[in-house]
Formats: sequence, C-alpha cells, structure tokens
Amino acid sequence: MMKSLIVVISLFLGSAAFAANVEVYQFEDPAEEKIYKELISELRCLVCQNQNIADSNAELAQDMRAKTYDLVRQGMSKSEVGEFMSERYGDFVLYKPPFNAKNAVLWVGPFLTFVLAIWLMLRTIRARRAENETASISDEQLNEAASLLTKDKDQ
Amino acid sequence: MKTKAFIPLLTFMALAGLFLYMLNQMNQGEYNPRDIPTEFIGKPAPQFSLPDLYEPTHMVSPADYKGKVWLLNVWGTWCPECWREHDYLMALQRRGVTMVGINWRDDAAEAKSMLARLGNPFERIAFDPDSQAVIEYGVYGAPETFLIDSAGIIRVKHAGGMSEQVWQEKFVPHLGG
Repeated sequence: MMKSLIVVISLFLGSAAFAANVEVYQFEDPAEEKIYKELISELRCLVCQNQNIADSNAELAQDMRAKTYDLVRQGMSKSEVGEFMSERYGDFVLYKPPFNAKNAVLWVGPFLTFVLAIWLMLRTIRARRAENETASISDEQLNEAASLLTKDKDQ
Repeated sequence: MKTKAFIPLLTFMALAGLFLYMLNQMNQGEYNPRDIPTEFIGKPAPQFSLPDLYEPTHMVSPADYKGKVWLLNVWGTWCPECWREHDYLMALQRRGVTMVGINWRDDAAEAKSMLARLGNPFERIAFDPDSQAVIEYGVYGAPETFLIDSAGIIRVKHAGGMSEQVWQEKFVPHLGG
C-alpha cells in the first residue's frame, strides 16, 4: 500500500518536473527578471497565435524568449523590447498593442457604438413621449365618450 | 410600413452575402488570418552576419549583395512546403535570379544532403540554428521569401511557397525598380 502510494506520488512529481521543462535564465538584477517575465507573458507566439511566448513550446517561441532575455540583459527597457519586436513582427506580436492611427477604430469603436446606442434610445423615447402628449382628441370624440358615460348612468 | 418589415431580412442577406464573398476569397488564398502584415516593405533589409552552411569560416551578410537585386529565402529541411517550392527555386536560379538562403533551425548535415539530392539554388546559405536572422526579419514560418533591391530596400515579402504564379503576381512588378 505504502509503496504504491509512493509510486503514484512520484509519478505526479515526475510530470511536474517534465512540465517545467523550459530553459531557465539567470538574472543578476531582479528588476530585469521582472521585466523579462512581464515581456514573455505579453508577447504573442506567432506560430501558435493564441499563446504568449511564455506558454508556448514552439521553437520560435524558445528563440524569442532567448532574444528577449538578451535584450533585457543588454539593459533595454520593457517598452524598448516591445518596440524591437513590433518593428519586426508588427503590433500583432504585442498582447497589449499601443493606441495608434491604425488600430484606433478597434479601441474607440465599442465606446462609439455605446454612445450611438444611447443616443438612438433617447431619441426613440423622446419621440414616443411627444407622440403621447400631442395625441389629440377631437370634440366629437369627447362628446361621444360623454354620451356613453351618461347612457351608462341612466340604465 | 411594409418595406420597414423587410429591413432585418435585407440586413441578414447582405451580411450573409458578405460572409460568403469573404469565405470564397479566403479559399483562394486571400485574407489568410495567419498572414501577419509585414512592417518591412520599403525599409532597409536588416543586417545579420551568419556562418555559411558549407564554409563556416565565411560569414554571410546582406551587405555583400548591395547593388544587386536578390532574393532572400528562409527554409529548413523540416518544412514540407520548402521541399515543394524547391524545384521552382531551381528554375529561378536557371533564369539568373540571385538567391541567398537562410537555413533555419536545421541540422547542417541534413540540409547539405537535401541540397545534394535536389540541387542548390542559392549563391550562399546562412546557417541560422537559433533564429538570429529569422527574428531580425520578422519571420514566423518557413518558407518565406524577400525581394531586396539594389539599394538594400525590401520590396516584397512572401510567406509560403514560391511558384510561377506568385513570382509573376507579387515579384515581377517590383523587379524594374
């Protein structure tokens, strides 16, 4: 019993060690390590496009991590490394793309649509309200109603 | 009032038509969602210096080709599309097109044996086992081919295999300048 338990536990440990089979980079400066970790989680792997390069096992992602490490060790700031990558792979490589003329529609679009929807809604409400207020009843109709009411009373 | 009732239907049909058109275009190879717009057209070709596949003491660099119009082709023996386009690259070489290869993430012996079997269309081949030049050129898959003009400016980038159709449609219009 104890033996099989140990076997099972060591199997789990083994898989954990295997999952962490990613190269380890040494940093002398913890600030650089922080920049590196932020960068690899915000750079897109271009082979498997819905993963960042921290998660991806693709060979290109490995090489991009190596390049990111080199650049950070050379003293580049986070935004400088981001620029380096986007000069080569376009803003697409950045999971947090900057606001610029090319993608302004994507940033502003939802808010514009929201404002437009509110405006349309207010307009419709106002139009309906105006319709109700000006709903005019002619004298004939009033008389008719009055006669109906008095008829009721008589009976 | 009656025409108003048809607005949702007409909107739906217009959208369906648009989707159908886009799907057709995608089947013909346009609007590929994996295509990444390149940042390089009209910009100077990035520099690199990598050992030659056959002669590791000789460094291959784009600067060596200044004044020439040439193709830079990224390939690897692990890439099936590269095998497919290889014949066409040989044909281009016979027409006198200068080509430089970047052998990407490959085994030197395997790369040489593939070229021994199928022919070598390249004037020089830069050996790039850890994506140094590949990242400089924003390459994310193989094969990719760049057309670089005599001033060292990138004119065309094509992701995917080369063929007569691609050559005629994408590259030939830029050969004059």
